[in-house]
Amino acid sequence: MSTETPLVPVGTRPGSSTPGPVRTRRRLPRYGAVGLFLGGLVVGALLTAVTGGFSIALTVVYGVVLGTLAVYLVSRSVEGRRKATDRLVTTVVTSAFAIAMVPLVSLVYTVLDNGLDRLDSEFFNSSMLGIVGEGGGAYHAILGTVIITALTAVISVPIGLLTAIYLVEYGSGRLKKAITFLVDVMTGIPSIVAGLFAYALFALFFGPGIRLGIMGAVALSVLMIPVVVRSAEEVLKLVPNELREAAYALGVPKWRTVLKVVIPTSIAGLGTGITLAVARVIGETAPLLVTVGIVTGTNLNPFDGRMATLPVFSYYQLTQPGFPPEFGIERAWTAALVLIILVMALNVVARLITRFFAPKTGR
Amino acid sequence: MTTTSAPPAPAQPKRRLGDRLFAGSATGAGILILVVLAGVAIFLVTEAWPAITADSADLPDGKSLAAYIAPLLFGTLLAAVIALIVATPLGVAIALYVSYYAPKRLAATMGYVIDLLAAIPSVVYGFWGIAALAPAMVPFYGWAAEHLGWIPFFAGPASTTGKTMLTAGLVLAVMILPIISAISREVFGQAPALHREAALALGATRWEMIKMAVLPYGKSGVIAGAMLGLGRALGETLAVAIVLSASGGITFNLISSSNPSTIAANIALQFPESSGLAVNALIASGLALFVITLAVNMFARWIVTRRADFSGAN
Repeated sequence: MSTETPLVPVGTRPGSSTPGPVRTRRRLPRYGAVGLFLGGLVVGALLTAVTGGFSIALTVVYGVVLGTLAVYLVSRSVEGRRKATDRLVTTVVTSAFAIAMVPLVSLVYTVLDNGLDRLDSEFFNSSMLGIVGEGGGAYHAILGTVIITALTAVISVPIGLLTAIYLVEYGSGRLKKAITFLVDVMTGIPSIVAGLFAYALFALFFGPGIRLGIMGAVALSVLMIPVVVRSAEEVLKLVPNELREAAYALGVPKWRTVLKVVIPTSIAGLGTGITLAVARVIGETAPLLVTVGIVTGTNLNPFDGRMATLPVFSYYQLTQPGFPPEFGIERAWTAALVLIILVMALNVVARLITRFFAPKTGR
Repeated sequence: MTTTSAPPAPAQPKRRLGDRLFAGSATGAGILILVVLAGVAIFLVTEAWPAITADSADLPDGKSLAAYIAPLLFGTLLAAVIALIVATPLGVAIALYVSYYAPKRLAATMGYVIDLLAAIPSVVYGFWGIAALAPAMVPFYGWAAEHLGWIPFFAGPASTTGKTMLTAGLVLAVMILPIISAISREVFGQAPALHREAALALGATRWEMIKMAVLPYGKSGVIAGAMLGLGRALGETLAVAIVLSASGGITFNLISSSNPSTIAANIALQFPESSGLAVNALIASGLALFVITLAVNMFARWIVTRRADFSGAN
């Protein structure tokens, strides 16, 4: 058949009115598009400067519009419509990405800028008991967060892991489908509703107005269990069936297979998933606001009265800073910074778990 | 061979005690999930019931429960929709950029950083909104009220603090951006490499390749991601509670200082100081929120499972 097809250059349709290889099409120089876009930005900046007052926001708006237009029009005249559309989309996607990064970078900067002032030893060593104005710290809130999060993990991890084991190893039929679906649905429960649920549950037994640390742990468990189930399920599914079958062939009962083969194989993934789940609930504020409340002193007993937690502490220090307000607001920012550091640290730990405990895949 | 003609029930291995205990506890944990979800609904209804049946004069503000919840519901939906409109295109753009435009070596790091941002606690977003975004938006609100006042959304008078519905929506948009982009990135990454390479081999430009091979494949994933983002935006509490100055009824005016509150923010603001029937009314509003987010999430899951059959993405 090769004898019948005429040898035409790639990209040329036989019978097309403009024969000729694609390579002879004119193209923009390698950094032409970037240069054009930057040119547009500069013109935008000049335009804002001329039409009253230089402002970064306006420069960005004008600059992106002008730069995109410049790239499109020049490319269109040089390279043709298809290539121009491609360049247009590239420019738009890249600028959208850059614009979307602005608030995220700004967020990190704002928290660092405001939070670093009070990141001192007093912040970690004193509670708010008897503090008016300067000083004080989040000792009680940090301990409260650690206690409540630990309790949450104690409740959620066994339930979540067992559910995942059920779904992967035992489940079948409609019950499995129903549980999978409801776990997905549970992932979307608003955190405040989880808090209301814990409140409603405990209010039935202990009367209205109840506030306990354990209520917060129950509320957070509602949020954490589905996260644990989802991640554990994904990881358990990755364990090759050959391993299970090898164990069965050796006469190992199923429960020992799960405990001694499946779980050790997937331990890294399970650890990562649990750590990320903890990271997710450690910053939850709303459910703790309605179930645990806030105190100024140190209460380490989750079964007796209100406790302080870092997110709620931070929220109240910002919204009700007392007088003079600046010290409360400083404490709020530092608490927010500590919270972010905690979450980031947990994420890094999760990564390290993956790296160091992952099963050896080599032969 | 005759001895094996009747094997002793190979399909029924011996059930050891350990097996039964283990299977039982695993099944029990699974069923517990069902119970918890049912419990959430039941306890909320139980605690909301006094407010639902109460005389409207006894409720906060002396209004009927429907009149109490309606503006909150409106505010919740408005803020979430603003967030969705802003965040979906940006989230898709981030996902496309990271998947197909960024330098390969940077892409993995970028994806990780964006995932990290999804983990930042919502209260911190609220702090950022009130300290950085709201003041930055004030000049724009003044300009919009002056020049765009004929659009109902910008009717004004412009807020001087920036604590407006639009600011709240934008904060929510920033919050759900990592979620939408993470899920979109996942589905875009799963678009079959053969389709993509085939498109490129036929001479498609990068955009044509994305349009023909990636977007049709990832469309429902993007919708599902947006729906999950919507679910989070609907239920988001403290970011809105901090950023929004809530002191008004139903209005489409996005830039004034009197806005309807959202259900979740209203609960967070009122609950600590409430008692008696007011608590029941708040729980009733929480129940409404629960039902809405449940519907949104189920819809999202339905979209995901509908396409899971032929996507190979389980």
